[in-house]
Amino acid sequence: MDRIPILRMGKFLLVTIQIDLYDRLATNLETDLVYMVNKTGAKGVLIDISALSIVDSFMGRILGNIGSMARIMDAETVVVGMQPAVAITLVELGLELKGVHTALNVEKGMELLRNKIKDLDYEEEDEIEANEDSTE
Amino acid sequence: MRIVLNKDTMKIEKEQDVVPFRNRVKEYAVKIGMSVVNQTKLITAASELVRNMLKYANGGITVIEVISEGRNSGIRLTFVDKGPGIKDIALAMKDGFSTGKSLGLGLPGAKRLVNEFEIKSSVGEGTTVSIIKWKNG
Repeated sequence: MDRIPILRMGKFLLVTIQIDLYDRLATNLETDLVYMVNKTGAKGVLIDISALSIVDSFMGRILGNIGSMARIMDAETVVVGMQPAVAITLVELGLELKGVHTALNVEKGMELLRNKIKDLDYEEEDEIEANEDSTE
Repeated sequence: MRIVLNKDTMKIEKEQDVVPFRNRVKEYAVKIGMSVVNQTKLITAASELVRNMLKYANGGITVIEVISEGRNSGIRLTFVDKGPGIKDIALAMKDGFSTGKSLGLGLPGAKRLVNEFEIKSSVGEGTTVSIIKWKNG
């Protein structure tokens, strides 16, 4: 069965979709990613769709699902590299990709994920400090 | 008057057939010089309609035609299936309505992406959807 590879890089999972998707491939990716987040404890998922010439309602829904599922598993998702024509078409189609973060390219996407995770780390540290204060 | 310049038929029987079908549509769209945005809209609409065909009718026949009208040229795609048919077309064309588990954007979304959209269906006999995207439109 065809699969899209998921690469692990530190706290992140990277997915580069290089081939045209049919529905089964997209649903497999969704399941694989959620399992990988669970297995690796990844904090962020970056999906590069710059090679995709179309994103239809099904693929859009899968991307949204991945975002929601990853969030439940405590990971942020960012979709990067969307072609302008794809963005125009998606909005006209009626999909706004609300559940996921987006960034222009991989570099900006990584930056966004790092910032998101840094914020979370700070919050955790604050909480720990607050707890320490209260115990003193 | 509309003249058909080229006609191509493709059978859609399984999910994997969708990819070569989209590529074929793209080939023709590129050949007539359609802009990337219009190409993308056409292929996305085609993708929605072909999915419907697979999901509700287990596949069918697609016809890709290059048409011209005066100075304008375009692509006409026709999707013919022998599935269960659509009982209430007006309802099926509404945003957010789906008898399946999808978002219900397929038919209305596809309509928004093309210049002309025609749907005929009779219960028990099947559905035919025909769309046109003009090169300049």
